[in-house]
Amino acid sequence: MGRKVGIEVSIAAADAAALCDVDVVAAYPITPQTHVVEHLAELVASGHLDAEFVPVESEHSAMSVCCGSVAVGARTFTATAAQGLALMAEIVYIAGSMRLPLVMFLSNRALSGPLSIWNDHSDAMMVRDCGWIQVFCEDGQEVFDAIIHAFRVGEDPQVSLPVMVNVDGFVLTHVIEPIEYWTKEMVQKYLPPFQPVSRLTPEKPVSMGAFGMPEIYLEQKMAHNVALLNSRPIIEKGWTELAELTGRKYSAVETYKVDDAETIILGMGTICSTSSLAVDKMRAEGKKVGLVKLRLWRPLPSDDLRRVLAKAKDVVVLDRAICPGGGNAPVTSEIRAIMYTEPERPRIHCMIAGIGQRDVTPDDVCAMVDMALSQSIKDYHIYGVRG
Amino acid sequence: MTKPMDHITWQEIEPGGVISEPGNASSYHTGTWRSQRPVYDVDKCIRCWRCFIMCPDAAISPDYENNRMVWNFDYCKGCGICAFECPVDAIEMQEEGE
Ligand code: SF4
Ligand code: SF4
Repeated sequence: MGRKVGIEVSIAAADAAALCDVDVVAAYPITPQTHVVEHLAELVASGHLDAEFVPVESEHSAMSVCCGSVAVGARTFTATAAQGLALMAEIVYIAGSMRLPLVMFLSNRALSGPLSIWNDHSDAMMVRDCGWIQVFCEDGQEVFDAIIHAFRVGEDPQVSLPVMVNVDGFVLTHVIEPIEYWTKEMVQKYLPPFQPVSRLTPEKPVSMGAFGMPEIYLEQKMAHNVALLNSRPIIEKGWTELAELTGRKYSAVETYKVDDAETIILGMGTICSTSSLAVDKMRAEGKKVGLVKLRLWRPLPSDDLRRVLAKAKDVVVLDRAICPGGGNAPVTSEIRAIMYTEPERPRIHCMIAGIGQRDVTPDDVCAMVDMALSQSIKDYHIYGVRG
Repeated sequence: MTKPMDHITWQEIEPGGVISEPGNASSYHTGTWRSQRPVYDVDKCIRCWRCFIMCPDAAISPDYENNRMVWNFDYCKGCGICAFECPVDAIEMQEEGE
């Protein structure tokens, strides 16, 4: 067992990447991801981590360097947030389609404008369809474990996909939490050396990133989609073996008091901690409320979600991104879509909250559930907006 | 890639669309693009090889036995570069089908 330390989550995340013995870190500092990159730079500069730290001039270059380094078979890590992700978005899609298994820590932050450095999920939703494995974390321990799990799963030759570890900016990145570190031996046991499916080497030339003519683009997209869907059993296996090592069992969809729940709150990331307190509060009032925490955003665990949600009368989705001019919001839209074909389906309410880090307390969650159940909100409701 | 591109199924795509067989451009027949065809006049030709060097699809080669240039129309895409470059106007572009 590793030692338990009280530490800032960003620093622990950098330590987790270092424990995985990354070969290359290419990143550009951006709030609220900065501490991750700073700490990795320190580890490399002080000789604690034998890696190439590439201080690129932009996030577009950061992701490009990452693609190149994975292509030659180097274990690669990066981190960014919001505008940084926007700048690298072009290459994020390319890393996905080229099946380059790097790991990225995304410190979730609202996209500008107006200029915001604070937390919501609009950045992650901007690259929703990039074809990466995408997970959302609720606490610091999850972040630490998720990074090691990400390398293990992404680099698995059956998967070979990049992994995005979503961590709520400030509300999670900057808090100090008790985190149980893995020992080097545990990581070595869990994470085999990186053996890329194909590698750029003069010994056996290959072409990567070739043109997708109209005759072949569709087939390549299909192959990528199937690879992402098929990563699911490997993701689960990674969690099972992680549980054997650490005693902590993760799953794609986690539930809290849902067994007899008539109303289920569904969210991703830190809002789930807040919501669990709201569930306790409403349970104390005799209300049959439960919580579903969606950890695995891509590939979407539709089967598990259907099984859990079909039993409820109402599902209140807490969405942390606004979809201007749209029908609802990103998470709700998926939940509504997968439940539509179910013979018995709950009413699905869309509550947009916590945008640009507007505070969401357990009382706010209770209020949103009350509103959803008592008012006829058609498509979506933006909670807490003045006026 | 032993198959033409438009016969490959998604199951046959290499992970990440990697092309692991170098030089497979030869399996792609650019000749299907051609709307104009170079017509060669062996009597005017001075065998300078400029067309051979300039052709972007390596569709022209010298035929030593017959002392002339020859065209591989599987790859000639009809761009007209050879006709433009020929110093003695020994190549003329003509509409396909004429
Ligand atoms: S027309 Fe273009 S492709 Fe065809 S032989 Fe001439 S240079 Fe080559
Ligand atoms: S460029 Fe013209 S003259 Fe020179 S080899 Fe070709 S056809 Fe002959």
